[in-house]
Amino acid sequence: MKILIYIDNRKNILKKADLELAYYGHLIGEKHGGDVVAMVIGSGENAGELGKYGAKEVLNIPYDGDFDVSVFSNMIAQVAEQTGADLIVLPHNSSGKPLIGWLAAKMNLSSVAGVINIPDYDDGKLEFKKGVFSSKAFAYVKTLTDKAVVSLMPNSFSPEEVGSSVDVNTVEVDGGTPKVKVAGIEKVEGKVPLPEADIIVSGGRGMKGPENWGVLEELAEVLGAATACSRPVSDVNWRPHTEHVGQTGIVVRPNLYVALGISGAIQHLAGVNNSKTIVVINKDPEAPFFKAADYGIVADLFEVVPKLTEALKKYKAGKG
Amino acid sequence: MNLLVCISKTPDTTARISFKDDFTKFDESGIQFIMNPFDEFYSLVRAVELKEQFGGTVTILNVGPASNDIIIRKALAIGADKAVRINAEPTSAMFVAKQISEFVKDKNFDIIFFGKETIDYNGGEVMGMVAEMLDLPYVHLASHLDVEGTTGKLDRDIEGGVEKVEVEMPFVVSASKGMAEQRIPNMRGIMMAKRKPLEVVEPVEANDLVEIVKYELPKEKSGVKLVDPENVEELVRLLHEEAKVI
Repeated sequence: MKILIYIDNRKNILKKADLELAYYGHLIGEKHGGDVVAMVIGSGENAGELGKYGAKEVLNIPYDGDFDVSVFSNMIAQVAEQTGADLIVLPHNSSGKPLIGWLAAKMNLSSVAGVINIPDYDDGKLEFKKGVFSSKAFAYVKTLTDKAVVSLMPNSFSPEEVGSSVDVNTVEVDGGTPKVKVAGIEKVEGKVPLPEADIIVSGGRGMKGPENWGVLEELAEVLGAATACSRPVSDVNWRPHTEHVGQTGIVVRPNLYVALGISGAIQHLAGVNNSKTIVVINKDPEAPFFKAADYGIVADLFEVVPKLTEALKKYKAGKG
Repeated sequence: MNLLVCISKTPDTTARISFKDDFTKFDESGIQFIMNPFDEFYSLVRAVELKEQFGGTVTILNVGPASNDIIIRKALAIGADKAVRINAEPTSAMFVAKQISEFVKDKNFDIIFFGKETIDYNGGEVMGMVAEMLDLPYVHLASHLDVEGTTGKLDRDIEGGVEKVEVEMPFVVSASKGMAEQRIPNMRGIMMAKRKPLEVVEPVEANDLVEIVKYELPKEKSGVKLVDPENVEELVRLLHEEAKVI
């Protein structure tokens, strides 16, 4: 099986999610026999590093333009043809999400968005697992064509080094003219994107107001965590809508999810219950979130969270 | 402006999900169905707002059985002018995309709206397929949409920020949270919706390229370990030694 992974490296920084794609491809190849080819759009400078995480071959497509679904799909489709790829793996993020449908239609491929497992492989058909009903359940989805495109949910696998750097070969492909013009980018500096975050600290109505977020942010800082919130908090504009985690916001699966003053309505749980470990701090012992939690503290968050932050600082200092 | 809003039917956000026939089928019994929130709150409302601002028509398109008419009527009550239902079970993204592109190809829609994903199968694939089949520009995950002349000006959610994009009509857009605010239909809207046209058309032939073979429910948590608020060091220890997450 030839596995083609797509990496957007226009900023010349390989992110954890990129290494995860290479490692995921490696795991599929290891199980079913096959090699990983990484196609890297943008800079090829550091792309050889992907070899360490499982890529056998790295192809660089030099490109310094903006993201455009049709241009990127055309480039991926051409490389997939040239390399004879059986499986195209995209990241399930703001670039992979629009690409998957376009590529499936363009190349008449089976497509599965948001996969989380190493697929079974039987009779040339792959069977992937993905979250459905916003993580209230899982579905096993079988591909019906010989070739497929999937997007991998971030944080599904921890990338490990399994090889060494490889040479980068440059490939010229023409994606055509962009259909969409990017007029500018507004960055929220220094923030870890929620779907990629290892640790998330999230606040609910129990935070009582936007002026109290300092206590949450201090905890997030010592944990190196991204910050998030529940729907009611974003609906009343205490926090931006981009932080809303849950069924109608963003679905996340970090290693650690710390919920402060969130009762745990089913719509919120749907967005977070695939987190590996959940800590709930709430003064109401009846809060439904405790049933979905691994660890809990029943207490006033404004008293206990600063203590927890201090204890973590001591722990980190002791470790460092 | 000639606007099309594609809507899906999903279980209510509070629905408890269960399966039947040895976990091969979603058990719909006792489930309340709603319009997919991303379609309703954001894309439909924004389309209605644009119509109110610039004039024009909002058409609703749904692929589904007759039982979907209830959510289609709700979309009309919120402010759409007319609706078309393609009379088929929406068995896969590719099947639905083929139905939508077949319907759209000889109409002159300026903007084709979708919600960013449905809250049941969480794919978000249909709109990319439709854009490809119709060879239209496509902006996914848009949290803001304005129109100036024939140009759409959108904000697109990207990791850690927002991309400002411009695109000429006609185009395909998928809405994420922020594009508009939920609207509750009023009594007048509900009454008017009953008289608005809802056309039913038969599907074209199209294949599914994937098949769901089995479902699974998440494993129950083994039970929460409560930590004494006077001993937060214990939580730090558990996170390090037991959960191994710090």
